[in-house]
Amino acid sequence: MTPITVRVDGASYTDDVEPRTLLVHYLREQLGKVGTVVGCDTSNCGACTVHLDGEAVKSCTVLAVQADGSEVTTIEGVAGGAGLHPVQKAFHEMHGLQCGYCTPGMIMASIDLLKDNPDPSDDEVREGIEGNLCRCTGYQNIVRAVRHAAAEMRGGANGVPSGSVSPAVVDTAAAPHVAVQS
Amino acid sequence: MTAVEERTGAAAPEKEIGKARRRKEDARLITGRTTWTDNMVLPGMLHLAVVRSPVAHARISNVDVSAAREAPGVVAVFTGRDLAEEQGSLPCAWPVTPDMVNPGHPSIAVDQVNHVGEAVAVIVARSKAAAQDAVELADIDYEPLPVVLDMEEAVKDGADLVHDHLESNTSYHFVFDAGEAGTGGDTEQAFSGADVVVSRRFVQQRLIPAFMEPRSVVVQPQGDNYTMWSATQIPHILRVMAAMVTGIPEHKLRVIAPDVGGGFGGKLQVNPEEILCLLIARRLGKPVKWTETRSESLMTAHHGRDQVQFVDIAADREGNILGLRVRLLADMGAYLRLITPGVPALGAFMYPGIYKFPAYRFECDGVFTNKVPTDAYRGAGRPEATFAIERIMDELAVELGMDPLELRRKNWIDAAEFPFTTVAGLAYDSGDYEAATQQALQLLGYDELREEQRRRRESGDPVQLGIGISTFTEMCGLAPSRVLGSLAFGAGGWEHASIRMLPTGKVEVVTGSTPHGQGHETAWSQLVADSLGVPFEDVEVLHGDTAISSRGLDTYGSRSLVVGGSAVVRAADKVIAKARKIAAHLLEASEDDLEFADGKFSVRGTPGTGLGIQEIALAIFAAHDYPEGIEPSIDADATFDPENFSFPHGTHLCAMEVDTETGFVKIRKYASVDDVGTIVNPLIVEGQVHGGLAQGIAQALYEEAIYDADGNLTTGTFVDYLVPSAADLPHFDTGNTVHAAPGNPIGAKGVGEAGCIASTPAVVNAALDAVRHLGVTDIRMPLTPERVWRAIHQGGDGGDRAAARSNAQAVDSSDAPSTSGGAL
Repeated sequence: MTPITVRVDGASYTDDVEPRTLLVHYLREQLGKVGTVVGCDTSNCGACTVHLDGEAVKSCTVLAVQADGSEVTTIEGVAGGAGLHPVQKAFHEMHGLQCGYCTPGMIMASIDLLKDNPDPSDDEVREGIEGNLCRCTGYQNIVRAVRHAAAEMRGGANGVPSGSVSPAVVDTAAAPHVAVQS
Repeated sequence: MTAVEERTGAAAPEKEIGKARRRKEDARLITGRTTWTDNMVLPGMLHLAVVRSPVAHARISNVDVSAAREAPGVVAVFTGRDLAEEQGSLPCAWPVTPDMVNPGHPSIAVDQVNHVGEAVAVIVARSKAAAQDAVELADIDYEPLPVVLDMEEAVKDGADLVHDHLESNTSYHFVFDAGEAGTGGDTEQAFSGADVVVSRRFVQQRLIPAFMEPRSVVVQPQGDNYTMWSATQIPHILRVMAAMVTGIPEHKLRVIAPDVGGGFGGKLQVNPEEILCLLIARRLGKPVKWTETRSESLMTAHHGRDQVQFVDIAADREGNILGLRVRLLADMGAYLRLITPGVPALGAFMYPGIYKFPAYRFECDGVFTNKVPTDAYRGAGRPEATFAIERIMDELAVELGMDPLELRRKNWIDAAEFPFTTVAGLAYDSGDYEAATQQALQLLGYDELREEQRRRRESGDPVQLGIGISTFTEMCGLAPSRVLGSLAFGAGGWEHASIRMLPTGKVEVVTGSTPHGQGHETAWSQLVADSLGVPFEDVEVLHGDTAISSRGLDTYGSRSLVVGGSAVVRAADKVIAKARKIAAHLLEASEDDLEFADGKFSVRGTPGTGLGIQEIALAIFAAHDYPEGIEPSIDADATFDPENFSFPHGTHLCAMEVDTETGFVKIRKYASVDDVGTIVNPLIVEGQVHGGLAQGIAQALYEEAIYDADGNLTTGTFVDYLVPSAADLPHFDTGNTVHAAPGNPIGAKGVGEAGCIASTPAVVNAALDAVRHLGVTDIRMPLTPERVWRAIHQGGDGGDRAAARSNAQAVDSSDAPSTSGGAL
C-alpha cells in the first residue's frame, strides 16, 4: 500500500492505495465518486474521463498513485457548487444524451476541448471528442451541445441565456431548436 | 384547505403532446447522481469473478480450483459441478416450430464448453480485485473437440456437431409460404412464369450490441426473499424467468432495473450471470455483485444478426414484381437464449417490405455453431429483412435497366390503399411512401447530387459518387398477444400502467415499460399532463422495480410508447371516469351534465363551476364526502393489448463518396424522412432516429464480430470492435411525415429501431451505386477500405467469399433455383 493525498472536487483525501489501483477505481470504490463510470478496459470509450490538474484524462489510464498531490475534478464537482456547468446545461438543452452512461466522460472531454478551442466547428468538435464513445445519440446532438455551450461560454452569443440552474429543477421547457410537427 | 395552486390566466394550457420537452431524466445523468447497478454497495457484499473457457469446444476433463480457494480474500469458489443440480436451464421463450431442438443452456458449464467465454467456475471474494486475481489460479483441463463455426459447413451431412447428443446442427426449419397461408399465390408458379429472376446471397455479419454500460448484477438475500438489481431491459420478464429457473418462488423475488445504460436488445436477456448471482447469494446468504469488463461483455453477452440470406426476386420486363423467395441460414450460436430462434422468424414477415408481391415464400434454418448465442439486437430480424429487400430491389433495377426509385414506386403500396394486407399477412396500418420519398429527395438535394455523380463519372474522377435508396417499413409495437400466441411465443405483448392521484394533486404514473435511455419519464409525463390536464411538472413516472410496477413486459421492439404509453392513456381515462362520479356528487350535478377539459370538471353551460381533478384527489383522500356505493379512490390501472402491430415507414437516402484508389468510403450526405405516427416529443424522436442511424450505418461500414478458425473472438475489445466515434459519422438531415397509427389511442407507431433498420441498405446501395460502372455488384459488410478496394480491383464482394457465389443464378427463369435447397 502506498499513501496518497489527492484533492477531489474541492475536498482533500489521504488514503492508502495499492500501487496497481487505477484512478477510476480509487474514485469509485474508495471515495464513492460513482458519477465517474467505467465503460471499457482498453481506454477506448472515455466514459471515465476526469480532469487531472485541469487536463482531461481517462482515469482508467492513470494510476491512483500518479494522482498523488494533484487536483482531480469529476462530473460531480465540475459545476463548482450548486447549479450546472454551461456544458452540462447544453447537453440537457440540446438532448446530447440518452442513456447517459457516456455523458460524464463526454462532458469532461468537451470542457477540455473548449478550453483549447473556444469556438470549434462541427468537424473540430467531432475530432475533439473522438476518444469518447456514445452508443445512443449518433453524436449529432452532442456536437450541437458542445457548440451551444461554446457560444454561451464566449459570452451569450446566439441569444443563449447565461447563468445556471440547479440540477433539481432543470428547465424542461420545450427545446426551441427542434421543429414541431403540426 | 387545498394544496393545489389555482391556474393563472384564462387561456387553455398548451398541449403537451407534440412539444419538444427537454428531458426530466437529464438532471441526474449530467451531474453524475446516477444509480447504475455497479454503483451499489451493500454491507457484507461479496464480489464475483467468472472463470471462462479459453476454448470454443471441449470436454472439461479436470477442474482444480484448490489454489483459487486459498487465494487471499477468496471466500468461495463454485464450479459447474457444484451448481449442476440447481442451475436448471436458461430459458428460451420462443420455440418457433413444434419440433425445434433446444439443447438446454446451463448458466455454468459442467462437462463441456461450447463457446469461448462460457463460464466454468465462479470466484467469490471480498473485493473485485481479489476475485479477479484468483481467476488466474483456477486450473481447468480441456479435451478439445472439433470447432463448428461456418453455418454452410455445419448444415452439411456428416458435419461435426456442436452438441453431440443431437442429430444435427440444425435447431429448426421454419417456413412461411404465402400460398399455403392463403395470403398470396404459388411462389414456384410465380417464378416459372417470370421474365426476370435475380438471385443474390447476402451476408449479415455478426454484430455486438455494445451498450455503453457493462452488464452488472447485485443480489441481496433477506431470509427467503431475494432482491436483484440488474442492468437489464426486462426486470419483469427476468423475475418470472429467474423464478422458474432457480425455483425461488416468484413472490419471493424482486427485480430492480435502476439507471440502465443502454440496451439495444443486448439487455433483453436472462443472463447466465444473473442466475449465478442468485444461486450463489442463496448458497452464501450474503449479498453478491458481478460486473463485467468490456472484454467479457463483447465475448459473452449475446450477439446479433449473423445470417446468410439467399434471396430470389421475380419480375416481368416492365418491372412488375411477381414473387419473392428467401432462404436463410441463421446462426444461433452454441445455445438458444431468450428469443434466439425467434429473431429471424420475426423478420420473416417483413421481407416483402413496402411492395405488393403476389407470391412469397420464406424458409429459415436455425444453426448451432461454437459461438456465443445470437439474440435481439436493435431491429431484431427486421434490419435483415429490410436489407435483403432493399438490396435486391436495386439489383433488379440494374437487371431491368430501370431507375431504382421508379422500380420501387411502381411496386409499392399507394397511400390510398391503406390499410393494406401484405403477402405475408400483415395489415399495414397507414402511411404515404410517396410523400416521405419526395421530402427525402428534397432534404438530400437529390437532383444536384445525381448531376455531380454524372460529372464525376464522365471525368473519370478517382472519387466516385453514389446515391443509395432505402424505402422501408417495419413492424413495431410488439405485440398483439394473440398473434404472439399463434407464433408460439412464450408470453403476451400487452403492457400495464397505473395512475395514483396523490392527496396534494400530484400524480404518480407507474409503467410496465422499462426505459434505459429512451426518456419515458418525460414522454409519459406529457401524455398524462394532456389526459388529466395537470401540469407536466406534477407528474412523476415510476418504473423498473417489480415491487413498484407489479405488472409489465418491459422495453424492446419499439413497443414502449405504442403499447406502454397507450396503457398510460387508458389508465388516465379511467381516472377521469372515476373522478367524474366524485365531481358530480360534489358539484351536485348529474354526471351527464359534466364536461371535463383542461383538468377541470364543470357543469355544462355554467361557467365558474369548475372542480379540478387535483382538488378531487384531495377530496377523495379525505373521503369525508363521496357518493354511496363507490370506493373512495380515483386511482386506476389499465392493461393495453394492441390488436395489430404498427408500421412506421420512411425513405432514407445516402450519398456516398468512394475513393476508387484507396477504397475509402465517406458519407457525403444522409437524409431520412420517417413516419412514426403521432410524435409525442420531437426532441426524443429526433434523438432516437439519430442513434438508430448511427448503428445502422455502423453495420454497413464499421462493425463485425470476427472469430478466428479456433473460435476465438478476435474483436474482443473496443480496439478491434469498431463502435463509431463522432468523427466516423456524418451529420444527419432528418424529417418526418405524420400518419397517425389507427391501432392505439396515441397514434404512435414506434421510433426506436427505425433508423437502424432503414439505414444499412441505403449506405451499401450508395457505395454500389458509386462503383457499379466499374463492374462491382456487391461488397460485403462492413465496407472497409480493403473490401471496397478488393471489390473494385479484384472482383467479388471484397470479403472472404466470392460475391453471390453459390446463389448466382442466371436470369433465365428456367435456371431459377428451387427454394428447397437448390439455392444452397
